Amino acid sequence: MQFFGGSSLTSVAPEASPAPAAPPGTGTGANAQVLYVFNRNGVCLLYREWHRPLRTLDPAQDHKLMFGLLFSLRSFTAKIDPTTAEKGNLGVPLLPGQCCSFYSFKTNTYKLNFMESPSGIKLILITHPRTGDQRDALKHIYNLYVEYVVKNPLYAPGTPIK
Amino acid sequence: MAQPAIYSLFIINKSGGLIYYKDYGSAGRMDTNDSLRLASLWHSMHAISQQLSPIPGCTGIDLLQAHNFDLHCFQSLTGTKFFVICETGAQNMETLLKAIYELYTDFVLKNPFYEMEMPIRCELFDLNIAQVIQKDRLALLGR
Repeated sequence: MQFFGGSSLTSVAPEASPAPAAPPGTGTGANAQVLYVFNRNGVCLLYREWHRPLRTLDPAQDHKLMFGLLFSLRSFTAKIDPTTAEKGNLGVPLLPGQCCSFYSFKTNTYKLNFMESPSGIKLILITHPRTGDQRDALKHIYNLYVEYVVKNPLYAPGTPIK
Repeated sequence: MAQPAIYSLFIINKSGGLIYYKDYGSAGRMDTNDSLRLASLWHSMHAISQQLSPIPGCTGIDLLQAHNFDLHCFQSLTGTKFFVICETGAQNMETLLKAIYELYTDFVLKNPFYEMEMPIRCELFDLNIAQVIQKDRLALLGR
């Protein structure tokens, strides 16, 4: 009898790919304020906000400005990096993972956490300024993206995630 | 040779021009044009980061963490920006930047031959900055 007891559970289609385990300390995400996902061409694939009292620009302008800031900060860190002697020219577009990159910056009102995948997907998570290192959390978000967006056959690459 | 705690120091005036640059042992040379460009790039990124803030009252980037270094920035009330490139995880950089600001007010602003917003060429300032950086480096080595 006990074999049939679980029939209602087995009738549910088994999950194709279970969600990757969240890293410890990720918590409930109550701390996150804004999340951006860009592809390598600067198209905003995903935008989510949970706490944003201030909006100075319309969304399209805001995405463009954010992508531009990341682009310039990337070339800035690559150029100013004091530990490598061989540095390219300032302003030349860099490949993902090329030269030294940054992973976060902090202002008095927010902290921006940044991750770039080898395929040029950029993940930006804005949190409270006193949040710790979010690199694991960003990796987790990237795993979710791979699992549920890239592996989705109905998803056309380069279009906003729905 | 021990790793320098501080790699370089930049001072930018309120319109984004580089007025002071000192290198303390970065790998590879950076020419004058590059340092000027980096300074004005930092100035504009500082301004953009204020616009992108989700919460009102943002004053720009304080700390940039990269994989090979940290950048600490301090902006005075008049808009002059001081930033240092240092090792990852270096402590007490805010205090150091405040100390540098104090030296700037004492030996640059009080210098009657100094023209505002122009490159800093003050011997006493150079001397005192070198002392402060050296002291900081010794404190880091001695821990």
